[in-house]
Amino acid sequence: MHKILKKERIGPNLNKFVIEAPLVPRNYQPGQFVILKVDEVGERIPITIAEADKDKGTITIFVQEVGKTTYKLGELKAGDSIFDVVGPLGHPAKVEKIGTVVTIGGGVGTAIVYPETKAFKEAGNYVISIIGFKNKDHVILEEEMRKCSDELYILTDDGSYGKKGFTTDELQELENAGRKMDLVIAIGPAIMMKKVSEMTKQYNVKTIVSLNSTMMDATGMCGGCRVEVDGETKFACVDGPEFDGHKVNFDLLIKRLSTYEKQEKEALNSYKNCKIEK
Amino acid sequence: MGDKKQKALREPMPKQKVKERIKNFNEVALGYTEEQARKEAERCLQCPKPLCVKGCPVDINIPEFIKLIVEGKYIEAANKIKEDDILPRMTGRVCPQEDQCEAQCVLGLKGNPIAIGRLERFVSDYEASNSEIQVPAILAKKNKKVAVVGSGPAGLTVAADCARMGYEVKIFEALHKPGGVLAYGIPEFRLPKEIVGREVETLKKMGVELECNVIIGKTITVKQLFEEGYDAIFLGLGAGLPRFLGVEGENLLGIYSANEFLTRINLMKAYKFPEYDTPINVGKKVAVVGGGNVAMDSARSAIRLGAKEVHIVYRRSRQEMPARDEEIENAEEEGVIFDLLVNPVEFTGDEKGWVKAIRLIKMELGEPDDSGRRRPVPIKGSEFVYDVDTVVVAIGQKANPILLDATPGIKKNKWGYIDADGETGKTSMKGVFAGGDIVTGEATVIAAMGAGRKAARAIDEYLKNGKW
Ligand code: FES
Repeated sequence: MHKILKKERIGPNLNKFVIEAPLVPRNYQPGQFVILKVDEVGERIPITIAEADKDKGTITIFVQEVGKTTYKLGELKAGDSIFDVVGPLGHPAKVEKIGTVVTIGGGVGTAIVYPETKAFKEAGNYVISIIGFKNKDHVILEEEMRKCSDELYILTDDGSYGKKGFTTDELQELENAGRKMDLVIAIGPAIMMKKVSEMTKQYNVKTIVSLNSTMMDATGMCGGCRVEVDGETKFACVDGPEFDGHKVNFDLLIKRLSTYEKQEKEALNSYKNCKIEK
Repeated sequence: MGDKKQKALREPMPKQKVKERIKNFNEVALGYTEEQARKEAERCLQCPKPLCVKGCPVDINIPEFIKLIVEGKYIEAANKIKEDDILPRMTGRVCPQEDQCEAQCVLGLKGNPIAIGRLERFVSDYEASNSEIQVPAILAKKNKKVAVVGSGPAGLTVAADCARMGYEVKIFEALHKPGGVLAYGIPEFRLPKEIVGREVETLKKMGVELECNVIIGKTITVKQLFEEGYDAIFLGLGAGLPRFLGVEGENLLGIYSANEFLTRINLMKAYKFPEYDTPINVGKKVAVVGGGNVAMDSARSAIRLGAKEVHIVYRRSRQEMPARDEEIENAEEEGVIFDLLVNPVEFTGDEKGWVKAIRLIKMELGEPDDSGRRRPVPIKGSEFVYDVDTVVVAIGQKANPILLDATPGIKKNKWGYIDADGETGKTSMKGVFAGGDIVTGEATVIAAMGAGRKAARAIDEYLKNGKW
């Protein structure tokens, strides 16, 4: 049982949790995730660790409500408990000093790119951050990102905050302006990571993405998380979650992410209806 | 015991009716009644030099426990087995007795060996339902700590044996429930999970600590375990990385590894979706690739999940199938279709990425290979296609990389498994022992338990004399 110490609603359908997970912070490094199971009948889902506090034995996670599991999580309050939390999982991000690093966060992906942005900054890089959201209400971590970036660009799809447009638009501008980029890290919806990778491939800038394929055990045991990288099958949980964006088969990833679309809808609807009746 | 009894046939195992059992996940074999058990036990010749014991990987005193059944002393019989096998309810169910003890039975010459497994199951079930959990005698505390990684058959055995010897034992399990393959792999209809739960309870009563949700190599490293004061570590991780065929289209939607398919069902209870949150996709027509017990488990699970047509696709002939005869028969009874001497060459899908068809090639058997089985060779120009909605690939495992990547001090063998001594389980790292599938590759529950027993003895010796 893992007690929720803090819960904050930080945007529409977006929650921040600080959870007791005494074993997780010890070996944690940016880029890693946990598997979490909300209750007895829950499914196991991967969530990236945004922060880990070794002294307090806690982790911070950001969870967007998209399906039954994440809605159930959203219902919980400080003082409630989550059944199972296990981690840290996956390979940590390779953080090194290489020059200018552009970190791109799409939506809740910003919470994932944030710890890496911080780590790259601390490693002595010049850090340009681009974060994009649906609209003003969805903007998260602006202050935190500003603190660890040399330049920060915020975009919204509708222009209600920051610039109007997508993260790729800003990336294009940097390229047009002839800015030096040694590494791009893009984390967000699969389609965004695909677009960014297609662009940077043309510019010849190495790009790292973090893949969010469907996971279960996250120990390499099931192969449900498999993705195709450079024509080879890889398991995102143990071989990743970070891969060279230029080599990832995003179309396959996007298709595989729809494996349980039907059941997810069904589960969410019955969950919501159930709640209305109550 | 007279000539007449010798000729008597084996008592058949009562089973759930096919029509009913394909609609539920309850255990198929119902177990002997007391009367049946007595009758079967009375057939035993009580050989003075019993061959059956030689066939048992853990040397259970078989004639002795069978004699106790004849005398009506069932609980004593169960305890007799437990001297050598701490999990008789499980091994009574899932051991391949036909290749081990029963294969050696003298009565087998006439085709009717004693049903040792069924008797083992009877007495251990009897004991479980007619007596409280019994905690075995524990030797004086030794003030040394043993960490056991993995709570499958190997880990449970090491934990029980070390606890009995007086060591402080803690088991670390990666998943949220203990049991390893007993929990996630073997379906309820073959091994009810209540049994696993009770065995774990027994261990806890013996003072063994269990912590789930800990991945050694990630959450805690082997080095950190030593720093925390563990004096010896046993690695019983299981094999744990599914093998795929490596053919075109294998990542299409609707294609599962058997590990994923079975774990969704057994551990996550996807068969109770939406009461349980984990979903699974089982279409009308399912192909299961492979010929082992895991393939049979997958095919029979698919039937229970409503598939109309389930095919086993196996590249050799029925004779070479590694699955137990009993399981093949069960699968046949339940309507599984066997496509033998064929091998998948490609999967094709629709525009949304779902698997739609499987292309197969016919095979013939050539010369025997390393395993002694005749090697299947494709027959040119014999390819054919049929439609499928779901595919389960059950062709075995590779070594799980997590712990080994994080612990370079532990040497691997050429197959990527842990290089450990067959007699002691000692690895190349001082204080670290290993056993079960992570050493041998996929094998049986009883083989893992046998390895655990040997390792426990070696751990005891090492902790006494410090010699490596
Ligand atoms: S989630 Fe099961 S292997 Fe990656």
